[in-house]
Amino acid sequence: MANLMTGAEIIFKVLEEQNVRHIFGYPGGAVLPIYDELKNHKSIKHILVRHEQGAGHAAEGYARSTGKAGVLLVTSGPGATNAVTALTDAYMDSVPLVCITGQVPTHLIGTDAFQECDTTGITRPCTKHNWLVKDVNELSSIMHKAFEVATTGRPGPVLVDIPKDIQFKKGKYTKLKFTKSNNKSNLKSNITSNKIEETIRLIKKSNKPILYTGGGVINSGPEATELLRELVALTGFPITSTLQGLGAYPGDDHQFLGMLGMHGTYEANNAMHDCDLMINIGARFDDRITGKIDEFSPKSKKIHIDIDPSSINKTVAVDLALVGDVKIILEQLVSYIKEKHPDFNSSNKQQISSWWNQIENWRKKNSLGFVNSNEVIKPQYAVQRLYELTKAQDVFITTEVGQHQMWAAQHYKFDKPNRWMTSGGLGTMGYGLPAAIGVQVAHPDKLVIDIAGEASVLMTMQEMSTAVQYNLPIKIFILNNQYMGMVRQWQELLHEKNYSESYTAALPDFVKLAEAYGCVGIRANKPDELDGKIAQMLSVDKPVIFDCVVDKIENCYPMIPSGKPHNQMLLGKQDEDDKISEEGKVLV
Amino acid sequence: MNKSAYSFETKKEKIENHIIVVWVDNESGVLARVVGLFSGRGYNIDSLAVAEVDKKKNISRITISTSGTPQVLRQIKLQLGKLIPVHKVADFPLNKKTLLREMALIKVISSKTQLEKAKKLCKKYKYTILDKTEKSFVLEISALKKEIDELIKKLQPLGLASTSRTGVVAMTKGSEIYKQN
Repeated sequence: MANLMTGAEIIFKVLEEQNVRHIFGYPGGAVLPIYDELKNHKSIKHILVRHEQGAGHAAEGYARSTGKAGVLLVTSGPGATNAVTALTDAYMDSVPLVCITGQVPTHLIGTDAFQECDTTGITRPCTKHNWLVKDVNELSSIMHKAFEVATTGRPGPVLVDIPKDIQFKKGKYTKLKFTKSNNKSNLKSNITSNKIEETIRLIKKSNKPILYTGGGVINSGPEATELLRELVALTGFPITSTLQGLGAYPGDDHQFLGMLGMHGTYEANNAMHDCDLMINIGARFDDRITGKIDEFSPKSKKIHIDIDPSSINKTVAVDLALVGDVKIILEQLVSYIKEKHPDFNSSNKQQISSWWNQIENWRKKNSLGFVNSNEVIKPQYAVQRLYELTKAQDVFITTEVGQHQMWAAQHYKFDKPNRWMTSGGLGTMGYGLPAAIGVQVAHPDKLVIDIAGEASVLMTMQEMSTAVQYNLPIKIFILNNQYMGMVRQWQELLHEKNYSESYTAALPDFVKLAEAYGCVGIRANKPDELDGKIAQMLSVDKPVIFDCVVDKIENCYPMIPSGKPHNQMLLGKQDEDDKISEEGKVLV
Repeated sequence: MNKSAYSFETKKEKIENHIIVVWVDNESGVLARVVGLFSGRGYNIDSLAVAEVDKKKNISRITISTSGTPQVLRQIKLQLGKLIPVHKVADFPLNKKTLLREMALIKVISSKTQLEKAKKLCKKYKYTILDKTEKSFVLEISALKKEIDELIKKLQPLGLASTSRTGVVAMTKGSEIYKQN
């Protein structure tokens, strides 16, 4: 008879076989057998968070900065429900997570037992798949399958719900099998040479092309990023990126037009509107990107490269769909161009030269410009200084959600993938601090900064305690304007300056708060002290809360007001009153 | 004024009716996944029929009658295809190539003369009497949805007491079957 193991032992055996080094979690009644087993598995380090949402976002930060699945372990009931926000966040942004939840013993399921909830029911719409394990003999195969589903195809979160009696019971362990049995996980490329030729034909014909790239390039791995850079060099085409795609292409390169969308650059959005060929690589025509959908890029042929077939023609109809892994498709495209049209860039220069002239004219607007001040720190200036003072290092940036997030995306330039962790799809305030913890756990020697807003960061502030416990020297760089800035901005522009509940009247003293947590607090009030204080922050080998006191009423520009297409952007204050129509005010 | 919308819905496409057939692993929760996908994404279910069809392979067949714009119908199929326990998804065209059937059990309670009248009405359809008493009968009818609708309407004034319907099931004509997609 084969060696029987307890459910708890099986769980760790799977984690070991899957090369898991860190798990983020919080113990409780229904996972105690698993926590009891932890001591026997020295290769796996458990990071104790302060709230299960923190475990989820930390696992997300870990996953996005490494490309591996992030693992979290929480108890039944409230443990599971607290993780739901993070699971939904990971689902929206295609982040691979494996969430292990405890459940009440099998015989108590359905009796409204203590800390019981319908975990698989609650998490069904926010996971790629989930399992309730009813037989210990199926535990190992389900767990291995969970890792496979999370990390293959379009990545995403999965959940395995394990009743407490299953954790105690003895059962068989089935080793990890490498099979191609699951066609969902190995979404095959349908790319025939015909489709590649058709793509090349459109590329050759185009006078006004643009590459629009997204998080799919980064999810496809570092090789995809390299291939993208080759493609841009081979074609000479301009490239813009979504929020999630930043870092796939160097942010300071001339061919890069900056981010597009609601707070994207003037040149990127106008190029999207006026182009005659749009090549979407690993992006999903999100509503923050497209603006008014009927007037979205009206004159262009559209090519869409995506691993998820349900992303094709979901909101925007495309002319040519290439369904598959970005890396594999870019490989095909790049090698075709290299082989058949090695001098394409130089021979095509003439054809797209007037397009580039047009783009340069748009660029002259300097849409990310702002009026700086000697009296008060402008938030854009703060991000710019942070970038200038850290760019020599290999920096990992996380953010919360709001104005500071957009300023970070606009003014911090990334040149590598997996260096930028932000909550895009769900827009989860409180994401950045725990995400920074996950990133720092994965990269202990690197500089990790959460560019934060004071409202967001208070939502998960308790995780500073985690950072202190594990000596994770994360830097929380708060752009403190005392308002929920993005809410305030919308109220100013669309709700007649009725700042309903968007001001936080009783903020904590962040420097004292830092000290209370046992880390370091630094405050900057004036522009001329900013550089010195940032240098001070960087010199500390401890977690730091940096309270950067910024202009309270600065707005984030440029901006596509809701209900407007790409070519009707607001560039700044003087523009506001003319462009927002009455009907636009109803659309957020 | 409605301030909750993200953007105006502008283009109104035509709504079409479709029969979507899904082959799934017969495991606990699978129906909830399929139905939850429909409710979560705002798709319609007009009727639903589900049962195991292959005991050995543990496969159930779910037949969903749905309606939506062409874009929504395309999404329904693609989203269903992404569910892990789903093996294949087929879109049965509502034309001569597709056989459609719905079954209903209908109980009529009435006087003798009214019952006779009711039976006469049913003659037009293929039916079987499953149970009969002085005051009532239960009949089984297998027909198209609109035929059953029609019959029910006619039986209403004659003492229709209870109706139980299965939802539509579908099959292609001829030797063709849907292959794994």
